[in-house]
Amino acid sequence: MAAKSTLSNMVICLTGVCLVCAAILGAVYSVTKVPIEQASQKAMLTSIGMVIPEGGELSEAISDEATGMSYYKSVAEGKTIAYAVNSTVTGFGGPLVLMVGVLPDGTVYATKVLSQSETPGLGAQCATSESFISQFRGLGPDKKIAVRKDGGDIDAITASTITSRAYALAVSNAVTLVKTLEGQVLNEADSWSGASTKAEQTENKEEQK
Amino acid sequence: MLTDGLVKNNPVFVLVLGMCPTLATTSSAINGLEMGVATMFVLILSNIVISLLAPAVPDKVHIPVYIVVIATFVTVLQLLMQAFVPSVYETLGLFIPLIVVNCIVLGRAEAFAGKHNALESALDGVGIGLGFTLALTVIGLVREVLGSGSAFGFKFIPGDGILAFVMAPGAFLVLGYLMVLFNKFVKKQ
Repeated sequence: MAAKSTLSNMVICLTGVCLVCAAILGAVYSVTKVPIEQASQKAMLTSIGMVIPEGGELSEAISDEATGMSYYKSVAEGKTIAYAVNSTVTGFGGPLVLMVGVLPDGTVYATKVLSQSETPGLGAQCATSESFISQFRGLGPDKKIAVRKDGGDIDAITASTITSRAYALAVSNAVTLVKTLEGQVLNEADSWSGASTKAEQTENKEEQK
Repeated sequence: MLTDGLVKNNPVFVLVLGMCPTLATTSSAINGLEMGVATMFVLILSNIVISLLAPAVPDKVHIPVYIVVIATFVTVLQLLMQAFVPSVYETLGLFIPLIVVNCIVLGRAEAFAGKHNALESALDGVGIGLGFTLALTVIGLVREVLGSGSAFGFKFIPGDGILAFVMAPGAFLVLGYLMVLFNKFVKKQ
């Protein structure tokens, strides 16, 4: 069926096939690049709209230097009415990217999964399960955002503790970021820096002794 | 040639090929169906191209050439899905690149497309692809009904199902029993 193998025809054949395939891939990539970006941009805007209250004007993406997270501000009449934080954590099957809407006082408004590679039918439910997602809605700033196993109030998705834990962490990170941002606005030297938290921990330990 | 892949040479129940996506993506009927269709797309195109290339490819490098062709189609599929059906891409994301290593695709290239003409190979791709899609959808459906009390996302039994069926052990159980039933009733005719 096939031609006899010699060094030269093997090299020519493999090189040729690889070149043609690379050309095809390049072409498809350049054709789909714009639609892929548009699709993700559209998904981004839609999901921002779903996690923050209506009525504000959305800012461009702002990148927080300390944490590397990016966020959007929704501003109405000169006042920030909500933050939409793009929060990425490591889930069970890879990165779990959430859009978390947080009010300036640190209350979670709503959450939405942007991308995930959790187990289909199990962890992937974190994107669709209403009973899981609704637990985060309206969670106050003083609440601990964690699954029950870790001492919080969130019921994990059955058989998907790691995903649920990652989800809670992502929300918690977003809230912390907003608290930090708001803290900076209100009082530059507020106690949200890592140093003071450590100091508090040391105090607690000493009390226990 | 078309029905060969559906029954006599059903890739999942008879040839027992492509077990990785079969077990991993069949947690619901829709997932199984989408995965099956995605694989069919790659299978048909790679079968056609490989049947055309095969006479010119030196024997010693035919496997690398086949794999390059298959990988190209899988990546094309991945980019297209990402661009035009992002929601499907989101659910299957991880398993789309894995079609490259699906033994059905390389298996058909090696066993069939390399020895037949383009038309026959295309038909073989359709047949095997349909057989794979059917098998995945049925496994997904059984697991979804038992595991979450729904079919194609439509819930008709309230409450949680038998969780084990949504998880990996259920995949093995359902696959095993379906294989037994398939071989008992369908293959004999």
